[in-house]
Amino acid sequence: MSETTSTDLGVTPAGRGAPGSGPSEQPILELRGVNKSFGPVHVLHDVSFSAYAGEVTALVGDNGAGKSTLVKCIGGIHPIDSGEYLFEGKPVNVHSPRDAAALGIEIVYQDLALCDNLDIVQNMFLGRERKNGLVLDEDTMERMAAETLKGLSVRTVKSIRQPVSSLSGGQRQTVAIAKAVLWNSKVVILDEPTAALGVAQTAQVLELVRRLADQGLAVVLISHNMNDVFAVSDRIAALYLGRMAAQVKASDVTHAQVVELITAGRSGDLGLTNGNGGAEGKEAP
Amino acid sequence: MSTTVAPERTTTQTPTLGQGVRGYLERVRGGEMGALPAVLGLIVLCTVFTILRPAFLTPINIANLFTQGAQITVIAMGLVFVLLLGEIDLSAGFASGVCAAVLAVTLTVHGLPWYVAVAAALATGMVIGLLLGTLVAKVGIPSFVVTLAAFLAFQGVVLLLVRGGTNISIRDEVILAIANRNLPPAVGWTLFAVGVAGFAAVQLLRARRRVAHGLPADPMSLIAFRVGVLAVIAGVAVYVLNLERSRNALIVSLKGVPVVVPLIVLLLILWTFVLRRTAFGRHIYAVGGNAEAARRAGINVDRIKIACFVICSTMAAVGGIVAASRGASVDPNTGGSNVLLYAVGAAVIGGTSLFGGKGRVIDAVLGGAVIAVIDNGMGLMGYSAGVKFVVTGAVLLLAAGVDAISRKRAAASGLR
Repeated sequence: MSETTSTDLGVTPAGRGAPGSGPSEQPILELRGVNKSFGPVHVLHDVSFSAYAGEVTALVGDNGAGKSTLVKCIGGIHPIDSGEYLFEGKPVNVHSPRDAAALGIEIVYQDLALCDNLDIVQNMFLGRERKNGLVLDEDTMERMAAETLKGLSVRTVKSIRQPVSSLSGGQRQTVAIAKAVLWNSKVVILDEPTAALGVAQTAQVLELVRRLADQGLAVVLISHNMNDVFAVSDRIAALYLGRMAAQVKASDVTHAQVVELITAGRSGDLGLTNGNGGAEGKEAP
Repeated sequence: MSTTVAPERTTTQTPTLGQGVRGYLERVRGGEMGALPAVLGLIVLCTVFTILRPAFLTPINIANLFTQGAQITVIAMGLVFVLLLGEIDLSAGFASGVCAAVLAVTLTVHGLPWYVAVAAALATGMVIGLLLGTLVAKVGIPSFVVTLAAFLAFQGVVLLLVRGGTNISIRDEVILAIANRNLPPAVGWTLFAVGVAGFAAVQLLRARRRVAHGLPADPMSLIAFRVGVLAVIAGVAVYVLNLERSRNALIVSLKGVPVVVPLIVLLLILWTFVLRRTAFGRHIYAVGGNAEAARRAGINVDRIKIACFVICSTMAAVGGIVAASRGASVDPNTGGSNVLLYAVGAAVIGGTSLFGGKGRVIDAVLGGAVIAVIDNGMGLMGYSAGVKFVVTGAVLLLAAGVDAISRKRAAASGLR
């Protein structure tokens, strides 16, 4: 894990605004006071969230905390009911996945991301094929795919012309991530990239996640696994029952504190207070 | 686990012939058999029939095989597109009947020239495909049900078009030529030369371009092998078809490649190009492989589905025209009885998966050849239609079984 240069500042309660370690640092992606309901179910309450270029921001929370909904709002799959959506400091409207992609936001889903019957190059360019007039420009695509994989220091695939069905889980995740990076994206959101992977493959994917951030991308990592989160994250945002419990620097909190934030919404002076939504955790002292 | 570093992957490296062969064998063992079962089946069937009935391997019978299999092969080419999506079109047989009836009615009842009639038949096919595709993609009715309903309805439409079961005979020379006339031998050899040279040129240019771009290309020996195989097979076929096959050559000479053969080759090249070299074709495979991933990649899945049904029904129209030409007439049974099942069988026997995402247009041609050989050979052996149906059904089941088992095997070996 790379060191964050300033560790003096950082703990920002209840996710109001950016936690920025310096006044000049501006989040590339910022949500302020976002609400989202599905019919009578209020899923996101005044959620604020920011992601910074060159950093890995872990998004944690228990099942049903609203992680997936938040990501889908960012990705334009669900429109937000109210609140602000800022990209590079400017308010934007994101109504469809295409809007998000146009901004440079790519989401790597846990599953359903790749076509098994197509090879790596075909998958990476799916829906955005390079063409020479009417004909597919296979050579350019193959070269660009090879360069992207090389840029990410991926050396685990034997041939980029092998079908995705022949790849291991970690390799598939790698291809899915490389696909997201291919388009000069600025924000990459990874939904549980290590959920189904073994130990070695997890390490391999986490290494790749770290490398993405080191290349200057803003990476949002959704994970249940605290070890993974602490291994690569610069910041941790904890959702609790649809509210942002806290967005903190990873170096400022302990493993146990994050677990408390996830399970109870608060940990010591961190997290939600009674006034802030009334989601009182039963473990609160 | 696969954290093994593969240092041999320097980009300019060219795989040798040996590696290519080994890779192919590995794929076959892993369940990725492609056209192998169809080719082996074809060889076995031809050998058996030739031993049992020497008449099988006479030039006249071989020429018959092409015209007999043409309709089924053309319809099967269209079906490949629908099967690639993991859907099915049970109405393709009667759709070809409807289009043939439209052709016949336009020609005879309205007395319009052949090109108007062909255009009307093709347009009818497109409209049918548009209707089926819209019902499947937009309304969301399973394709099995939609096309089963269409299967029944089109049967009625054919009856209505030919006025309750009469037989409309076709006398237009151009239409009749498709399945009944032959190319002059010189033209046959010219097309052969152009075809083989074109294939060789495409292969060589691609290899050259890939080397120029620093990508691994097929070795020269492999390209030479492919071109050689094509030249031998096509050359033997043209030679045999150019032999005199009339019983009495003095009265009427009968030799040359049937007109329908270049038509099939042309359609094969066209649709192979669409599937392999265009974004549209790539998207068809993607939708068949994982529709949700395709949707998330920004592909308009509904539009792809509708387009595939349109292609399928339009190819059925072409098949209907070929059938009308061969029979020199259209009756209520054109495109009926076994045509649809033979066509589905052809596609599946050739190696197109019923589960979607896997298949090529050449599968339809190879499978169509297998079906035509079975049908023709059993006929020569003097078996009744009943036995032919049973055997063809068994072969279809066998092909579908091979498909399912190879899928399982591929899953086990991690190839799928």
